[in-house]
Amino acid sequence: MASHPEPSAARLAGPGAGPLAAVTHPDLEALNVTKRFGAHLAVDALSFSVARGSFFSILGPSGCGKTTLLRMIAGFQRPDSGEIRIGGQPMSGVAPNRRPVNMVFQHLALFPMMSVGENIGYGLARRAMPRAEIARRVGAMLERVGMPGTAGKRVDELSGGQKQRVAIARSLVLEPTLLLLDEPLGALDLKLREHMKIELKQLQAAFGTTFVYITHDQSEALVLSDHVAVMNAGRFEQLGTPQALYYEPRTPFVAGFVGAANRIAGHAQDVGGDAVELVTAQGLVMYARRIGPVMAGAAVEAFVRPEVAHLARDAAELSTQYPHYIAQVESLLFDGANSAVLLRETSTRIEFRIALPQTGRLADLRVGETVAFGFDPQRAVCFEAAVHAD
Amino acid sequence: MQTDRPGVAAARTRLLFLLLLAPALLWLVGLIVLPHLELGVLSLRARVAPRQYEASLAQYRTFFEEPLYWHTFVRTAVMSIVATALTLLLAFPVAWTIAKIVRGRTRSLLFVLCLIPFWVSETVRTLGWMILLRESGVLPGLLVAMGLTAVPIEMLYRDATILVGLVYTSLLFMVVPLIGALETLDDSLIEAAYDLGGSGLSIMRQIVIPHAAPGITAGCIVVFMLTLGNYLTPTLLGGKNSLWFTEQIYTQFITRFNWEQGAAFGFLLLVLSTAIVWAGLKLAGQRFGEVMQRA
Repeated sequence: MASHPEPSAARLAGPGAGPLAAVTHPDLEALNVTKRFGAHLAVDALSFSVARGSFFSILGPSGCGKTTLLRMIAGFQRPDSGEIRIGGQPMSGVAPNRRPVNMVFQHLALFPMMSVGENIGYGLARRAMPRAEIARRVGAMLERVGMPGTAGKRVDELSGGQKQRVAIARSLVLEPTLLLLDEPLGALDLKLREHMKIELKQLQAAFGTTFVYITHDQSEALVLSDHVAVMNAGRFEQLGTPQALYYEPRTPFVAGFVGAANRIAGHAQDVGGDAVELVTAQGLVMYARRIGPVMAGAAVEAFVRPEVAHLARDAAELSTQYPHYIAQVESLLFDGANSAVLLRETSTRIEFRIALPQTGRLADLRVGETVAFGFDPQRAVCFEAAVHAD
Repeated sequence: MQTDRPGVAAARTRLLFLLLLAPALLWLVGLIVLPHLELGVLSLRARVAPRQYEASLAQYRTFFEEPLYWHTFVRTAVMSIVATALTLLLAFPVAWTIAKIVRGRTRSLLFVLCLIPFWVSETVRTLGWMILLRESGVLPGLLVAMGLTAVPIEMLYRDATILVGLVYTSLLFMVVPLIGALETLDDSLIEAAYDLGGSGLSIMRQIVIPHAAPGITAGCIVVFMLTLGNYLTPTLLGGKNSLWFTEQIYTQFITRFNWEQGAAFGFLLLVLSTAIVWAGLKLAGQRFGEVMQRA
C-alpha cells in the first residue's frame, strides 16, 4: 500500500483558517491529558500530536476512553489535568463553540427541523455571515460532496450515505483546523459502510483537513488512516501506521485487537536471539518471534495470524524449513476471500484458525479431515504474558 | 378462525372498534353535544311573557350593548393569555431540569413534587393561598415583622393575586407536555449546534423551541382553556373585583335565573376560546392534530 500523499498545507490557509493556521504547529497536541470519572480513570496521562492534513484514528474497544478523549478535544468535557492544543493554541477554558474544531456525531445529529441547506449554513449563520454569502458557500460545499441542488431538501428525504455527507459538509464548511468523527459509520449497514469508508478517505484527501476519527472497528481504522492509535484502558497501547500495527504489534493487546489472530498461551522454554521456543500447558511446542524482553521460563503469549500459516492435505507439501503440525478440521468458515478453517491440533486439541488459500485450492475440504499446517516463526509474535505494555 | 374470510374479519374489527369507542361517544354526545344544542336553542330566544318565548338575538345584543359584559369578556381573555404565558415561562425551566438535567431517582422525585399539590383539591389549594395572602395572613405578617411595611397589606383581591393562583393551578398541565417534548430532543442536536458555533440563545431559538413547539402549543392550549373556564380561583382570590367571565355566566344561570342570557354567554366563551386557540395555532405554525398527539 502506497503511503498517502500529504495534501498541500496551502489549501488550508484559506479565509477562516485565521491566525491559528501557523504552519509550524501540529494541528492537535495533547500533553499529559487525564480525565477521571469517580474512581475510573477514563484517560490516563495521554500525550500525542497529530500532523496537519493527516487522517488519524483512535481505535479501541468500547469503554477504552476514546469517546471521552474526543469530547475533551471538542470541548464538551474538561481534562482534569494536562493540556490540549489545537493549531498551537491552548484550548483550556475555550468553549466548544469557540474552538476551531467541528465534530461529526455518532448518529450525525442533523437538525431535523431544518433543510439540508440550513443545516450546512447553520454554523456560517452563527458567524453573522451575509445570507447571499452563506447560500453561495452552502451551494459550493454541496457540490464538493457530490450533492448539488439538494439545499432545499428535508433531512429525512436523504439516504444514509447522503446524511453522512451532509453531516461532514456541515462541519467542513466552517473550515475547521480539525474535524472530529465519532464512529459516524457505526449506524450504517455493511454495504454502505464499505462504500462510505472509501468516500471518507477521498473527502479527507480532497479537503486536506486533519481528521481525528474514533472507532472500535479495526477495518475502518486500518483502511482510512495515515496513523492509528490503539487505545485500551485510557492509554495508547501503540501509535503507528496501520501496517506497523498489523505486522509489528508492540503489545499483546494490539496483536490481539488489530486483525484476527490465534492466541496461544504457554511458557518460554528457550530464548535465542529474537526466537522463542514456547510450550503450551498441553505440551505443544511452537516457535515465534520475540517482541520486547522475554525471559526463559516466563509465561508468554504468542499470536499467529490465520493468513501466515500454510495449509496442506499432506505434510510433505509444506516447506521443510518450518515446523508443521497435524490437525483435524473442526469446522469450515466460508466467507469468500476471508474463508478459514477451524482446526484442532491432533495431540493437544489446541484450536487454530487458519485461512484457506484464496486460489480455491482446498475448497473441497471436509469436516473431520486430517490436514497439516505450518508457519514461519518470524511471522508469529510472542510477548511475555504478565507485561502489559506501558 | 381459518374459515374467516377477510370481509368477515374486517367487519369484526370494525365492530370491536365501535364497541371500544362507544363509552367515549356516549359521553361526548350526552354531555357535550346535546347540552350545547340545548344551550344554543336557549340562547337564541327571548322571553316575551311568562312561558312565552320567541326567536331573538336579544341575548347577544345585550352582551354588546352592556359594557360590563364585554369588558369582563376581554379582560378574561387577556388575563388568561397572560397567565398562560407566565405558566409557560415558569414551567419551561422546570421541565428542562426534569427532562434534560437530572437523572434517575432525583428525576422521579422532582416530578412527584410537581404532582403532589394536585392530590389536594383545588378549593383547598386556593384557600391555602388565601391563608397566605389575606391581610391577617402569613405573608403580610411576615413583611411587617421584617419591617418592610408599616401595616399588614391586603394581598388578596388583586389581579396579580388572581394570576398567581391561575399559574399555580395550571403549572402541571404545562410541565407534563413540555417534559414529553423535551425528552424526545436528542442531546447530541444541542451539542452539535454548540459545536457549530451556536450560543445558548440561538440554540434555544433554532433547535430547542422548534423541536418542542408541538409540546409548547399543547401545553398552552390546555392551560389557556383551563384558565379561561376557571371559576373557583378568580372568584376566591379576586373576590368581587375579579370580573371573570365564568362568574357572569354563573350569575345569569344561578342568581338571575336568566338561562337564555347565560346560554348566550356560554356560547360566546366557546367562540372566544376557539378563536384564540385557532389564532395561537396559526401564530405558532402548528397543526391541531399534531399538537394533540403530543399532549
